[in-house]
Amino acid sequence: MSNLKPKSNLLASPEARLALIAIVVFVVMSILSPGRFLSVANATSMAFQFPEFAILALAMTVTMLTGGIDLSVVGTSNLSAVFAATLLTQFVDPSLTGGDMFMWLGIAVVAAICVGMLAGLFNGILVAIFGLPPILATLGSGLVFTGLAVALTGGSAVMGFPVGVAWLGNERLFGIPIPLILFVILALIISFVLTRTSFGFKIRMYGANPLAAEFAALDIDKLLIKVYVLSGALSAIAGLLIMSRANSAKADYGSSYLLLAVLIAVLGGVNPYGGYGKIIGVVLAVLSMQFLSSGLNMLQVSNFARELIWGVLLIFVMIVNTQKSFGFGAKKKSSATT
Amino acid sequence: MKKLFSKEFLTRNETLVGVVIIAFCILASFADANFMSIPTLTDLMRGGIVLGIFAVAAMLVLVSGGIDVSFTAVAVFAMYTTTLFLINYAPDMPWYFAFAISIIIGAGLGAINGVFIAWFGLPTLIVTLGTLSIYRGFVLTFVGSKLISNLPPDMRGFSRLMMVRGTNADGSFYSLPWAFAALVGVVVLTWFILQRTMLGRAIFAIGGSVESARRIGINVRAVQFFIYIYVGALSGLAGIIHASMSRVANPFDLVGLELSVIAAVVLGGARLIGGHGTLTGTILGVSLIILVRNSLIVIGIPSTWQSVAIGALILLGTGLPAWQAKRAAARAA
Repeated sequence: MSNLKPKSNLLASPEARLALIAIVVFVVMSILSPGRFLSVANATSMAFQFPEFAILALAMTVTMLTGGIDLSVVGTSNLSAVFAATLLTQFVDPSLTGGDMFMWLGIAVVAAICVGMLAGLFNGILVAIFGLPPILATLGSGLVFTGLAVALTGGSAVMGFPVGVAWLGNERLFGIPIPLILFVILALIISFVLTRTSFGFKIRMYGANPLAAEFAALDIDKLLIKVYVLSGALSAIAGLLIMSRANSAKADYGSSYLLLAVLIAVLGGVNPYGGYGKIIGVVLAVLSMQFLSSGLNMLQVSNFARELIWGVLLIFVMIVNTQKSFGFGAKKKSSATT
Repeated sequence: MKKLFSKEFLTRNETLVGVVIIAFCILASFADANFMSIPTLTDLMRGGIVLGIFAVAAMLVLVSGGIDVSFTAVAVFAMYTTTLFLINYAPDMPWYFAFAISIIIGAGLGAINGVFIAWFGLPTLIVTLGTLSIYRGFVLTFVGSKLISNLPPDMRGFSRLMMVRGTNADGSFYSLPWAFAALVGVVVLTWFILQRTMLGRAIFAIGGSVESARRIGINVRAVQFFIYIYVGALSGLAGIIHASMSRVANPFDLVGLELSVIAAVVLGGARLIGGHGTLTGTILGVSLIILVRNSLIVIGIPSTWQSVAIGALILLGTGLPAWQAKRAAARAA
């Protein structure tokens, strides 16, 4: 009995169980297709693929920590990307290079992030000031943002950028794909914000118990608005990444990422009712999903089976996380948390 | 007491939607004299069959305090599997046989949702999000991913059964298929369950407060289980009707519609926190969404602005009551 104890302690937190899943998936895939899964080429291709939806999952996580949700992440990212793309195609000659090009790229990036933050501000005001349930506010605003992107482009893709646009999503720095670097930096920043700043502490406090947070004299309206602005900014960055990888911007890119982002956040152990969630969990969830995707791809399993397996994984993890009587992590709730 | 409270708030949301619909129709008939005509009405009713059945299902789940996003995948699963089965093994079966199979498959898939929600107590959004990808992935991987356009003859026959058929003054045809009767049937049955049975009271009670419902002796598990089976069965019905009417079984169809359906229901006054929702509101919400989809162009708004309009309507329709409630709470405090 006593020699079982350390094991259940180790697996008591959702993150530990998720790490186990990620490792198991990795090992199984390496065994099943040894030559290809464990190759540098595969590692690089994975590193180019996942950051875009992983950043959206970060945005989702931040809002979920307050007990909310942001269903407008994809709408926001497409609107920001379309805005930046329109800016670039309207004012910039595609053959431009050198300093001028970088200046314009900088302007486009800043503009896109501003659009994302404005979209987030809009969500924040709806949720905080008007008291809409986040799921409806962002469902509606997501439609509005997507609709604006459609209206701005007439529904077609915007393309014809200067060469520098493709750099962000397709190049490497010191051999490491830039999207991956971007994601790591953002994950570290968000993790730092959530665990080491009073803003992060307030987010978790509000998510754990909104009423208590109100009685503790938190400025809840301001807090919520800041959270949704942050989520909007992250979505805009994901949008820029998608735009750079596709070398074009369109109103309906990445529409399958919305549910994927929710799925990853929940898989990563973020409590959709708020209050609990760690960035490391989200990162592990992203890795598990990407290992599964790439591995199954190599085994020539169809894309649709991937969807099936994601769903099974999500429900399996939820059952394990909630059913304390189900085996590991049984009566460990009190000792294992925090 | 509770009834009075809910009535006061809900009538507001329903009247709001009703007023918007009437205003829309008046504007549209100014812009186009032919707008207020029987063809427009039958188009609206025809477009509302599948969406309407989905909306009734989604409303029931919202009333019980849950949310279901898997119903479109259930519909596709049931519709596609049924069609494939019939073509390969029993092509000459009458249409009601196809409907029965599809409804049973739908109910079975709904029961799977029910097991996770009622027995494992998982959050409804997460479960149905998971089963959405499971059902869809399963159909496309193991059942098939090809479009079936040669439906069993009697399913095509069903789509030709017309309730009303006629020619307009200007020579345009209009018709209303019998499939519309299915929507009417679903609405009547659901109304009966919600308003005339203990089961319906129990659904409202659970939506109001699970703990209170349990303490007054409601078998919460059984009721939740019933809800998801019923919703699955309705989705199966909607799926097979969709396939029959469009005369093609497309496994990539329908999925992606779930949030619009929920939007229509919420527009009609159902609340995500549960315990509130009416059939009148749901039908009004669906009508408005279809009007905007079909006829936005008539009042001079280009169709590229369609999703902006729907989004704005959702924000307005949910924002006004939410804001009123917030102000009322602030005054009371």
